[in-house]
Amino acid sequence: MPHKVISLISVGRHPQSGRSRRADQDSRAVELGLKLAGTDLDVVHAGSSQEPVLRQYAGMGLPKVTVLEQDESADALVSIADYLKSEKADIVLTGVRAESGESSGMTPYILSEQLGWPIVARVADIVDIKEGEAQVLLALPRGQRRQVTVKLPFIASIDNAAEAARQSAFGPGLRAKMDSQKGSTVEDSVRVDWSEAPAKARPKRLKIVKAKTAADRFKAATAKPQGGSGKVMKNESAQEQAQAIFDLLIEEKVIR
Amino acid sequence: MSDIIRRDPRAEWIIRNRLHPLHDQYANQEEGGEVRGPSGLLRKFPHKVGFIGPNGIKRIDRLKGNSSAPKGKRSSAAQEVQLPLHKVDSPEYYIMVVADLVGGRLTGHDKDILGLAHKLIAEQGGNGAVVAVCFGEVKEEHFDTAGVDRLLHIDGEAFEGYSPEARVQALAQVEAQYPVKHWLFPDSIHGGCDLASRLAARLGERPATQAWQVNAEQTVSRGASASLDITRKTPKILMLLEECADAIDETRHEATPITLDGVSVSAPTIQDQGLMDVDPNAIPMAEAEFILSAGNGIHNWDQFHDAAKVLGATEGASRVAVDDGFMPRSRQVGATGTWVTARVYIAVGISGAIQHMQGIGQVDKVVAINTDAGCDMVKRAALSVIGDSEEILSELMKLAAEHKNTSVSDQAEEDSHAA
Ligand SMILES: Cc1cc2nc3c(=O)[nH]c(=O)nc-3n(C[C@H](O)[C@H](O)[C@H](O)COP(=O)(O)OP(=O)(O)OC[C@H]3O[C@@H](n4cnc5c(N)ncnc54)[C@H](O)[C@@H]3O)c2cc1C
Repeated sequence: MPHKVISLISVGRHPQSGRSRRADQDSRAVELGLKLAGTDLDVVHAGSSQEPVLRQYAGMGLPKVTVLEQDESADALVSIADYLKSEKADIVLTGVRAESGESSGMTPYILSEQLGWPIVARVADIVDIKEGEAQVLLALPRGQRRQVTVKLPFIASIDNAAEAARQSAFGPGLRAKMDSQKGSTVEDSVRVDWSEAPAKARPKRLKIVKAKTAADRFKAATAKPQGGSGKVMKNESAQEQAQAIFDLLIEEKVIR
Repeated sequence: MSDIIRRDPRAEWIIRNRLHPLHDQYANQEEGGEVRGPSGLLRKFPHKVGFIGPNGIKRIDRLKGNSSAPKGKRSSAAQEVQLPLHKVDSPEYYIMVVADLVGGRLTGHDKDILGLAHKLIAEQGGNGAVVAVCFGEVKEEHFDTAGVDRLLHIDGEAFEGYSPEARVQALAQVEAQYPVKHWLFPDSIHGGCDLASRLAARLGERPATQAWQVNAEQTVSRGASASLDITRKTPKILMLLEECADAIDETRHEATPITLDGVSVSAPTIQDQGLMDVDPNAIPMAEAEFILSAGNGIHNWDQFHDAAKVLGATEGASRVAVDDGFMPRSRQVGATGTWVTARVYIAVGISGAIQHMQGIGQVDKVVAINTDAGCDMVKRAALSVIGDSEEILSELMKLAAEHKNTSVSDQAEEDSHAA
C-alpha cells in the first residue's frame, strides 16, 4: 500500500538579492517526497494561489499544488492542521525553518502537538518504510548521522543535509494545476504587537583583557600559547605510548 | 601572597648605607636579629639562616646584609585567585538554562547564556537563581565559575543518547514543580533548538527564536533567514544565538544540586538506532571531529592511510606533506589551508610551525607523535609521545583492531542475550 506523503511548502527568500524563490529546505522536502511517493506526493501551501513561486515548486514535476487560500496575516497553522486531519497523511515533510516571516521553525512542532504525532527534526533521509515504521536518518553536527525508527504517521523537518532539489522546469510549472481550497481566517494576534526592522549587523565580540595591574596587561599582550601543561611520554615503550593515545581516544569518544 | 615583588626603597637604601644610623637595626632585621646567650655568647639559629630560593633550594646570604637585593620577598608559587562567592538563599523564582553539554562539558554558547540569565535576574530584581538543567553524562567540573547557582541533573537510562521525547516530558515536570520565570536554550544544532521547540509546543508558549539582544522587557530576534530584526516583549521561552551576552567571569556560584521529584516518562515513539558509520573523509575537514594529520615526519604513507581508516579519522596534513605531493591540497591544515575545529587532533610528525598552529587554534585536545621532545607541537599538545611515528602508528592500529573485535563480539553477545 503506498503511503500518503504530504509536503508543506512556503515562499523562500534569496539570501543575497532578497527576492522570493523556492525555499531551500522546503524544496529538499519536496525532493524527498517525490522519492517516497512519486507524483502521488501532495504538496500543500497556505497562502495565495497567485504566488509565482509555487510554479517553481510545481516545475519539479508536480501535477498539482494544493493551496489553502488565505490572507498573509492569517495563521497558517490552523488551516494546515485541519487539512492534515482530513487527509489522513502518513508522513508530513517540512523545512526546519522558513526563509521568510518569523522563521521560528515552530510549525512542525505545533502541528505534532496538535495532531499527537511524533516529530523527527533535521532529517537527512528517510531510508525505508516497513510495517508502519520508518527508518529515518538524522543530520547531526560534524557530518554525523543518526538512525532512528519512528512509527507512522509522523512529521519530519528536512535539514540542508538532505538531497538537493532537482531543477525546476518552467513549462511544466506553468501547466500544473493550482487546487484552491478555503483556508483559515484566524488572525495571528500576537504578531501584531511586534515591530520589525531590517537586521542590524551584530557587533563582534572584542577580546577584553581584564587585568588589574600593568604587569598582568603586559603578560596578556605578550603571552605565547600556553605550553608545558600536557603530559609528555618519553621513555615508555611504543606499546605503552600507543595505549595512552588510545585511552584518550576512547575517553573522548571519538572511537566507539 | 602574589608574584609581585614588593620593594621598600627606603629600607634598601638604609641597608646599602653602612653609615646610616639605622643601618644595624635594618640589617639585623633582615637576618632575623642578633641573639646573645646567657653567657653573652652570640647564638645563631641555623634554621633561621638564609631563605628558600625560587627553586626550593636554601640560599644563605654571606654578604651580611650588605647587599641591596630584596630578600625573601618573592613567593615561589603563584596563588590562584579565589573569586567572590555569589549566594542565593531560598530563591523566589528560577531561570532555567538547558545546556547543550557537548561531550559532557559546557560549551561557550552555554556559558554565554548562563551570563545572560544573571543579567536578566539583575534587571528584574528579586531573589532569582540560575539553574543549569543537564541531561545524560556530565563531565563538566567548573559549573561554579560558569555562573550556576543550582544544578539540576536529570539522569537515567531514558535520557541517554537521542531522547528528545523523554527530555521534554522531564522539562514539563520541572515547569510544574518549580517557579520558572524563563527557559533559556541555546539555538544550536546540538539539540537545544529541537528541545526548546518541543517544550514551547508542549507548554503552548510562543518562543523567541534566534534571539540576540535580550533584556527584562524586550527581546530582539532574527527572522526571515536573518534579514529581519523582530522586537517584542521578552517571552517565557527563549532560544538564543551565540554571543548573546558575556559569560560570567568575576564571581563564583554555589552550583548546589537540586532534584526533580518522581520523573516518569512514557515509552518513546522514536527509537534511537545509534550513530551511523560515515566515511570520515567525506566530512568537510573544517567540521570533522577527529583528525589524524601527517607532516614531514611520516615516511610510510600507506601505513598512515591505513591508520586513518582503522581509527576512523579524517585525514589532514601539514604544508610540507602537501607540497611534497603526498597529500592533496584540500587536506592542508593551517593558515593557508583549512582552519579545523576538531575535538581531537593527532599530529604525526608535525613540528608545529606557527602557520600550522593557527589552523588548529580551536582544537580541544591535541596529541603529538614526534621524535623531537622540544618542538612546538609538544608544547601545545595535551598528550605527547616521543618516538618514531611508524612504530607508534602500527601499535595504535593493533589496539584499534583489537578494540573493534572485542566490541563486535560484545555486541553479538548482547544480541544473543536479548534474543
Ligand atoms: C606563507 C606561509 C604559509 C604557510 N602556511 C602553512 C599552512 O597553512 N599549513 C602548514 O602546515 N604549514 C604552512 N606553512 C609552512 C610552515 O611554516 C612549516 O614549514 C610546515 O608547517 C612544517 O611542516 P611539518 O611540521 O610537517 O615539517 P617539519 O617542520 O619538517 O617537521 C617534521 C617533524 O617531524 C618529526 N619527525 C621526523 N621524523 C619523524 C619520525 N620518524 N617519527 C616521528 N616524528 C618525526 C620531526 O621531529 C619534526 O618535528 C606556511 C609557510 C609560509 C611561509
